[in-house]
Amino acid sequence: MAVLEIKNVTKQFGGLIALNDVSFSVEEGEIRGLIGPNGAGKSTMFKNIAGFYTPTDGSVIYRGQNIAGKSPHAIAEMGIVRTFQETTLFQELTVFENALVGSHITAKTDLFSAILGLDKAKQTAANEKVMEVLDFMGLSDRKDQLASELPLGSQRALAISIALVSEPRLMLMDEPFAGMNPEETNHMMDLTCKVRESGITIILVEHDMKAVMGLCHYLTVLNFGQLLAEGTPEEIRNNERVIEAYLGGAN
Amino acid sequence: MNSRLKKIIGSLVLLATLVAIPHFLKFHHQDLLIFLTINVLVVASYRIVTLTGEWSLIHAVMMGVGGYTATLLFKNFDLGMWFTLPLAGGVSALIAALLCFPLFRMTQFYFLIGSFAAGEAIRLVWIQYVNPFGGTGGLSGVEPPIIGGIDFLDAIPYYYLALTVVGFCLFILYRIENSRIGLTLHAVHWKAPLAESVGVDTWRYRALAFVIGSFFVGIAGALKVHYLGTITPNQFGIGFMVFILIWVIVGGYNRFYGPIIGVVVLTVFDESIRSFAEIRPAIYGAVLIISILFLPKGLESIPAKFKAWFGIGSNSDAPPLADK
Ligand SMILES: Nc1ncnc2c1ncn2[C@@H]1O[C@H](COP(=O)(O)OP(=O)(O)OP(=O)(O)O)[C@@H](O)[C@H]1O
Ligand SMILES: [Mg+2]
Repeated sequence: MAVLEIKNVTKQFGGLIALNDVSFSVEEGEIRGLIGPNGAGKSTMFKNIAGFYTPTDGSVIYRGQNIAGKSPHAIAEMGIVRTFQETTLFQELTVFENALVGSHITAKTDLFSAILGLDKAKQTAANEKVMEVLDFMGLSDRKDQLASELPLGSQRALAISIALVSEPRLMLMDEPFAGMNPEETNHMMDLTCKVRESGITIILVEHDMKAVMGLCHYLTVLNFGQLLAEGTPEEIRNNERVIEAYLGGAN
Repeated sequence: MNSRLKKIIGSLVLLATLVAIPHFLKFHHQDLLIFLTINVLVVASYRIVTLTGEWSLIHAVMMGVGGYTATLLFKNFDLGMWFTLPLAGGVSALIAALLCFPLFRMTQFYFLIGSFAAGEAIRLVWIQYVNPFGGTGGLSGVEPPIIGGIDFLDAIPYYYLALTVVGFCLFILYRIENSRIGLTLHAVHWKAPLAESVGVDTWRYRALAFVIGSFFVGIAGALKVHYLGTITPNQFGIGFMVFILIWVIVGGYNRFYGPIIGVVVLTVFDESIRSFAEIRPAIYGAVLIISILFLPKGLESIPAKFKAWFGIGSNSDAPPLADK
């Protein structure tokens, strides 16, 4: 069954058409690659799915419900969490506190419980979940460091940890491999596989072709805001139009 | 273990000092001490509003809302202070909650201006509607309570009363800031989109901080009017608001106690240069500029600076989430 169906989504910014009548769907449990040259509209697609933008036209169906136009926090509550293209962390907070913010949905509390300390059980559970995720992502021995002090690879891992702590069912990862060295890339690929094995469907936007080809089951290619091609990594690798689009973009 | 003992001893010394202070002061200074105690609550409650990154210019007016509420309840319904204090906070919080709808459509500069405009509108209501608010002349005749034969009109008993109320309010504010809610408020401040992406309704948290801050400054307003006996719209104008901002900025707003240090130090300083009557504003202004230039993180950062100079402690400049 399709977890997510994008139906004829169009997004215009004034005169610029960033997405033009794009449709595709994503199956439960897969790692879907969403690729395309710079400016193709990949991040814009993510923002439309996660509620940061409202599509100009079309619908975003998540588990049978149209979520287009809902607010980001409402969509997060439904189980869709995005990570950001630019490394986005709470630089001023520690690694642990960063990840803890991710537990908002399960651990949020009301004023009186907060003042009287009646939410202890909830907060303890959240702390445990955070430690579990930090262990999983290999960050537990850095938990008291400030996020801003981490090397790039760990910053990306932390961004994903924040998302994971919120226990998403669909995760939108925007270029998690950008700027990583080969070693970090391999490590992040393993982590991404482990995330999927834990039952989370993933849509991955990425320019690193080694990672995309190695991880994704199926690829969706965008170019100038339009759906260019869909297929298995093998098919896409040999697709004339895709090759042309990428070569054209390189000029 | 050791640090815990230190904390307990420290708290006891502080408490003893606070209790003893008024007995060493002249009458005029006892008055000032009461207003200082109340202003501590004003800045501490303002801090929670600023936690989400939005600086409002309506805090002083919200104090006035509390003050007018207490005055009207006292004069018309003969309600005692135990009722007027929480109700003053409640009415301030309610008005803040209503103002959230227009105000939190704006952010940053627009929010600043919007909050100022909303505050001036409220002040205009006090001025325009002579009945019940008394116009520019305001209202008078509010009295402090008499409990168990102690007349709280006297400075020292009223100081203890204010100290208790303010202490209790600070305790609650501190609990909130160090709870899950405090963490979320910080998150909303530093990276609202990231907070949204994991399910934080940033609008609600901005509103919550504003309502909580208004509640406690409303109580401060009631405390003030019960002692002063009179209330006018001018007490809560932009002039007082500027003082709140100065106290918070000079004290430093990265930690819970920063603004409190700010208001205490500047009040004592202001009083100590009283004899230089004509040039007092100039001295005050100069100190402000110097402190902002050389202590951008506020007085609160001085201990960390000292440590850094003498090479003790490593990342003492790291802005903490909260002092633990
Ligand atoms: N908020 C916005 N306002 C106006 N134009 C925008 C906005 N966001 C994106 N665009 C434009 O939409 C187009 C698609 O941008 P998008 O960021 O989705 O590309 P992308 O595929 O993620 O590219 P990259 O691989 O470089 O990240 C670009 O031409 C971009 O300039
Ligand atoms: Mg992008």
